[in-house]
Amino acid sequence: MKRIVFLIYICLFTFNWGKAWSLIEVDITRGNLNPLPLAVSPLSVDQNSKEKFKDLLKLEDIGAEISKVVENNLRQSGLFNPLDPKAFLQKPDIAHVKPRFEDWALIKAQALITGEVKIVDEKLRVEFRLWDVLAGKEIMALAFTTVSENWRRVGHIITDKVYQRLTGEKGYFDTRIIYVAEEGLKTSRIKKLAIMDQDGFNTKYLTLGNELVLTPRFNPTNQMVTYLSYFKNLPRVYLLDIETGIQEVVGDFPGMTFAPRFSPDGKKIIMSFAKDGNSDIYTMDLESREVEKITNHPSIDTSPSYSPDGKYICFNSDRSGYQQIYVMRSDGSKVKRISFGNGLYGTPVWSPRGDLIAFTKLHKGKFYIGVMRTDGTGERLLTENYYQEAPSWSPNGRVLIFYRETKSDSAGKGFSAKLWSIDLTGYNERMVKTETDASDPSWSSLLTD
Amino acid sequence: MSLNKIFRNTLLVFFASILLSACAVKTTGKMQGDVYTGKDTVEYLASGVPDRVFFATNETVLTTASRETLRKQASWLRKNSKINVVLEGHADERGTREYNLALGERRANAAKDYLMTYGISGNRISVISYGKERPVDSGSNPLAWSKNRRSVTVKAN
Repeated sequence: MKRIVFLIYICLFTFNWGKAWSLIEVDITRGNLNPLPLAVSPLSVDQNSKEKFKDLLKLEDIGAEISKVVENNLRQSGLFNPLDPKAFLQKPDIAHVKPRFEDWALIKAQALITGEVKIVDEKLRVEFRLWDVLAGKEIMALAFTTVSENWRRVGHIITDKVYQRLTGEKGYFDTRIIYVAEEGLKTSRIKKLAIMDQDGFNTKYLTLGNELVLTPRFNPTNQMVTYLSYFKNLPRVYLLDIETGIQEVVGDFPGMTFAPRFSPDGKKIIMSFAKDGNSDIYTMDLESREVEKITNHPSIDTSPSYSPDGKYICFNSDRSGYQQIYVMRSDGSKVKRISFGNGLYGTPVWSPRGDLIAFTKLHKGKFYIGVMRTDGTGERLLTENYYQEAPSWSPNGRVLIFYRETKSDSAGKGFSAKLWSIDLTGYNERMVKTETDASDPSWSSLLTD
Repeated sequence: MSLNKIFRNTLLVFFASILLSACAVKTTGKMQGDVYTGKDTVEYLASGVPDRVFFATNETVLTTASRETLRKQASWLRKNSKINVVLEGHADERGTREYNLALGERRANAAKDYLMTYGISGNRISVISYGKERPVDSGSNPLAWSKNRRSVTVKAN
């Protein structure tokens, strides 16, 4: 199958968006209890384009639909408060050319997003502008051209640009989540690999549910996924090419391989191999197929995750008697325990910024998602629940996604598994919408960077 | 020995005995400590040969009862030399998925090792871990969890 190419031409048509003019700024390093009020004016569409998009995409008003994507993203981030479009006084087409700032200030908007959608050579062309209402200035303007089916992605890219302009950090909206879709009884759960946009749309199922699948993770370019499959009742780490659908076993191990992840350069898979009651960490080079044993200890060593520079690996081991988090150099040397708090620690994941490790903690019958510095100091627990685990970082290192299960009775009544996200600050905890029950989420990197 | 020291030692013994009594194994209905001792979920490979053994939380050590069960399995396997088995190791739902996969593997191997010490060839035994993926009891309570921490011997042919 042909690789899906997302043609997105970004052209800057004004250059006055340097930091110097910026008056509105959103601080994302602390919990934000006063989200910035802003207006996302529906993108304007001329009648001809509107009719054509209606035929192509079965959408009544593509401009309003793209705006809704942006509005929803901004609201979910917890940093922005998009105002109700019913309160807008100015028409979208006029606002895009020359906003009447008094009107927008009147409804308390501090920033304004306007735009225009056109059909050009059967393609979707979107132009948008970000305005500082109080300063009465345009602070950013961009245009994209893409195939019309990518209209939701246009909304995500606009959000990323606005987020970056107002917070000073890269966004995480033009991204996907790979996860395990679950259905059926708890005792014989059916699990499939599923992939969706970060906002829960465009869900696709990558396996049929004939065999148990667990813990999918993206490679750095988001084209490959590594996961655990019980195909033919042999639990092994697999590699799946999302576009071609081709799957292959990783390595030739005489036993269970599990807990896979890619190295930051995408060239290796790191995973556990269990034999005779002992699990150690191995890597396999995807090109040379060379296998390397990284840990050599009679304890359980699992859940490895590389630092973004590839020089270190954090992992989970019970060599002290209980599950704790350790860090070592990527060749397996200089192993150092970093978790020393009360309770058990599992599923360490290195943040894309490199400064923190997120983890699951079990203490006194409760499960926590938390973060600590890479030397184990500064432990901070973000959320407590009956059961939750397996955090995965947004590409900008600001948000964690994980899954949470509810209690059930012996017949399985009351059971559910859902994806949740929370800001690094511990604020803005939200359930992430999925078509079915879901677990083991893994966040992609930005699809266009 | 100074009086002071005798006093201190007596005190130590006193506290140690309090600690020990607090740790004393409780037997409540179908559990001893937190190891399942009931029969609810147990199936039989042959008359009088239970198919599974149970474990304490986070443990892979075989209990006295487990060893007895495995000795019965070993003698049944010796009598039926054509039968091969799969040992399926499981964990309860109170642990992270990846660690539990390793734990299930370790539990099944603890059972395998014991069968081998009773003369069963390793070639006749394969091992698979399901971690926490295949509970027998869906309940979110200590009794259900104790039933799920298990290694089950299943006929492979």
